[in-house]
Amino acid sequence: MDTPHKILILDDDADWLDLCREIFAQLPSKPEIRTATSSARALGMLDSEPFRLLICDLKMPRMDGLQVLSVVRRRFPELRTVVLSGLEDEEFRSRAYALGVDLFWLKTDMQRNSKMFMDCLESLLGTTADGGFRGIQSKGLMDIIQMECLSRSSTVLRVTRGPLVAKLWLLEGELIDAEAEGARGEVAFRRILAWKSGTFENLPPEPGRERTITKPINALLLESAQAMDEIANPSSETQFFDASHRKLTWKLSLLAREGAEFVISVPPAGQGETEALGTQSTDQLAAWTRRATEVARQLGEKIEAGPLLHVTGHNLEKQLLVLSRDDKSFLIGWPPAADASQLLEQSKKLVASWDS
Amino acid sequence: MGFLKKISQLFRARAGVRQLPLGSMTVDRDGQIVTTTVSSNYPKALLHEIGKDVLVLFREARTAEMPLAEVSVNFGSLRITARELRGGAIIFLFPQTAHSTT
Repeated sequence: MDTPHKILILDDDADWLDLCREIFAQLPSKPEIRTATSSARALGMLDSEPFRLLICDLKMPRMDGLQVLSVVRRRFPELRTVVLSGLEDEEFRSRAYALGVDLFWLKTDMQRNSKMFMDCLESLLGTTADGGFRGIQSKGLMDIIQMECLSRSSTVLRVTRGPLVAKLWLLEGELIDAEAEGARGEVAFRRILAWKSGTFENLPPEPGRERTITKPINALLLESAQAMDEIANPSSETQFFDASHRKLTWKLSLLAREGAEFVISVPPAGQGETEALGTQSTDQLAAWTRRATEVARQLGEKIEAGPLLHVTGHNLEKQLLVLSRDDKSFLIGWPPAADASQLLEQSKKLVASWDS
Repeated sequence: MGFLKKISQLFRARAGVRQLPLGSMTVDRDGQIVTTTVSSNYPKALLHEIGKDVLVLFREARTAEMPLAEVSVNFGSLRITARELRGGAIIFLFPQTAHSTT
């Protein structure tokens, strides 16, 4: 029999904790309920044993709920979090969601919509955190496409990876068209297969779609798998050079297509090399990017403003945008005439495509 | 014990949650706050930190030979926009809610 999941409830009101313990013990999965009346105690418990879900109040002495959530987000990224608060202020709801909480619920609503609240909790307890494409855990995109083809499906697969959106058209188990990052046909298909994670959804079939792909799906999948293997494990100097050259050409075309002046990819200090295209002041700009990211992150933590999303700046000659992805920071330079309202989305697309 | 009684207990005086700053301020080249419209309830020390860090961003940009006229730092729940002002800066603070425009 499976071990029941553990829930930790943090609130400075001991009577409220007793009540919650009683109510949550009635969840269908019969979770083990633990409680803490102080943030320090809760963090200590999270350190010492694994929990599935943290239910946290906001108004608490010494260390408030937002501070706790900020720490939890950094130290226990897999932990599901729920805010259960009496504060009916939209600002706190936004700040909590900005910190990545899974659910924000008002204590007063817990009484009015108790069934819905309990369903949400049960759903959070049951959600797995494994990788892969959402919907089919631990399956790569190749597996998903193969399954669709084997079942002779007619559908449109819409694949999303951050700001990037791609589509694959399947008709009676055959791949007839693909579209991604401004490309179409086999080129687009290969680009989509290089995505390592994301989400997908099935849209209604489009039988009238023009056919651009005529090769059988198995041949395409095999070719793509071989190409990816060659890039990952170049077996000779020539292959290595070809792969690097292809990568460079692809990045330059990406830069030109989006209209950016330059891109600098900056790894954390001492972890890999800075990569730059379109500028000669690589070292100076990389140093500013690293410093700006560090200063902004620290400031965000001090003033409890939530995670750093991006930094922008401009002068008469250029517009700049700093974005972080995984451990890397990216500085993207845009011409002064570029539409400022579009820069964030365009930069996100550029960054998402950069290493794919 | 009744549920409503429990609920009413929630609203008794307790420790609060810090609000985000809203308003503007000007800082001189040494990071000292010259004027501010941010509520006096907001800790002065944190406002000072904001001013100081904004000046660091401008100063480091000048060191990188890329002087900036304006910088905007976007957090999940706050946007800080600053314009360079002869070595100092004028700083605008906008809390971000679900209804905020970017």
